Amino acid sequence: MSSKVTPLDSLDWRDQIFAALKSADIRQIGYVPDAGHARLIELVHADPHIRAVSLTTEEEGIALAAGAWLGGQRAALLMQSSGVGNCINMLSLAKSCRFPLTILVTMRGEWAEFNPWQVAMGSKTQAALELMDVLVYRVEAEQDAAETVTAALDIAFNGSLATAVLLSQRLIGAKRWVK
Amino acid sequence: MTNQKRLDRRAAIGVLLAERGDILVVTGLGSTTYDAASLGDDERNFYLWGAMGGATMVGLGVAIARPDRPVLVVTGDGDALMGLGSLATVGVQSPPNLAIAVFDNGRYAETGMQPSHTDSAVNLVGVARSCGIEAAFDIADEAALADFARRVQRAECTLFARVAILAEEPPRVLPPRDGVLLKNRFRRATGVE
Repeated sequence: MSSKVTPLDSLDWRDQIFAALKSADIRQIGYVPDAGHARLIELVHADPHIRAVSLTTEEEGIALAAGAWLGGQRAALLMQSSGVGNCINMLSLAKSCRFPLTILVTMRGEWAEFNPWQVAMGSKTQAALELMDVLVYRVEAEQDAAETVTAALDIAFNGSLATAVLLSQRLIGAKRWVK
Repeated sequence: MTNQKRLDRRAAIGVLLAERGDILVVTGLGSTTYDAASLGDDERNFYLWGAMGGATMVGLGVAIARPDRPVLVVTGDGDALMGLGSLATVGVQSPPNLAIAVFDNGRYAETGMQPSHTDSAVNLVGVARSCGIEAAFDIADEAALADFARRVQRAECTLFARVAILAEEPPRVLPPRDGVLLKNRFRRATGVE
């Protein structure tokens, strides 16, 4: 890679994740919007070399990523923890065919959560992914974010494995309910 | 619906792929996988043996990655109904090289011919149009299907066809089920690996 004007470590951690996706040559991003992913979604839409695919439900993304790989491109997915539950059966596609897959998950229901309805899925997100043999990494601190995403992408695309990076709610910051 | 003319599904797949050219094919689980295999197994076919509701999105991923090739999804009404939202996603993306043909018998053939939603209330062509796929056709004869197949080759805009087929179960033709094999041979045969 040629050196960039802005050193990576001076960037916001979300921008660092975007740089990690670019370095891994990710060309399609499927997402269901989440406040925690807002910056990343903005960056993806602004990049002419990445196709941003807004999904109606998260499981669409598992199939999109499989298709991308069949067509010779790399895809990654952005979703909230609640959306992981929507993916379970579709993950059989990644598992049965050993499609490379990296899902970046913004966590809800685990830290300073206002809405108790988020706890049901948020508290089971990691277990649900592991039940389908998705390799799960967690990020608690800003300085670990990009490195962890890179590790997940590397093992996914070099090892034909499904991976997920859980971005903890403490890292993202609690949602403000009263503005 | 019940009095409408309907095509034999094996005749229909034959017309769709009569002059296949460079078309990449994704099939939905169940009967449309057997239909594609009935023409002879082809490494440029990616057959889904599960992941119900996913055929259209697999096709979208391929179509975005391979703008140089026409991509044809052939799936059933059950798979299309389970992935109805993916038509909305396709409508937003509108890749010109993606075509979706839904073989609609209004039945879940694989599980005992139970009626699907398209047997009564749901019009898939209307759904596709409402999702922004303007080139959406209701097809019940071979001439119209052959015309659709030619449009697939031209890859000028996202296409959708609801193909009315008879609720019959012709003898199954089973292609390989090993997902890793299907994935790797598709990539090799299409020059991305």
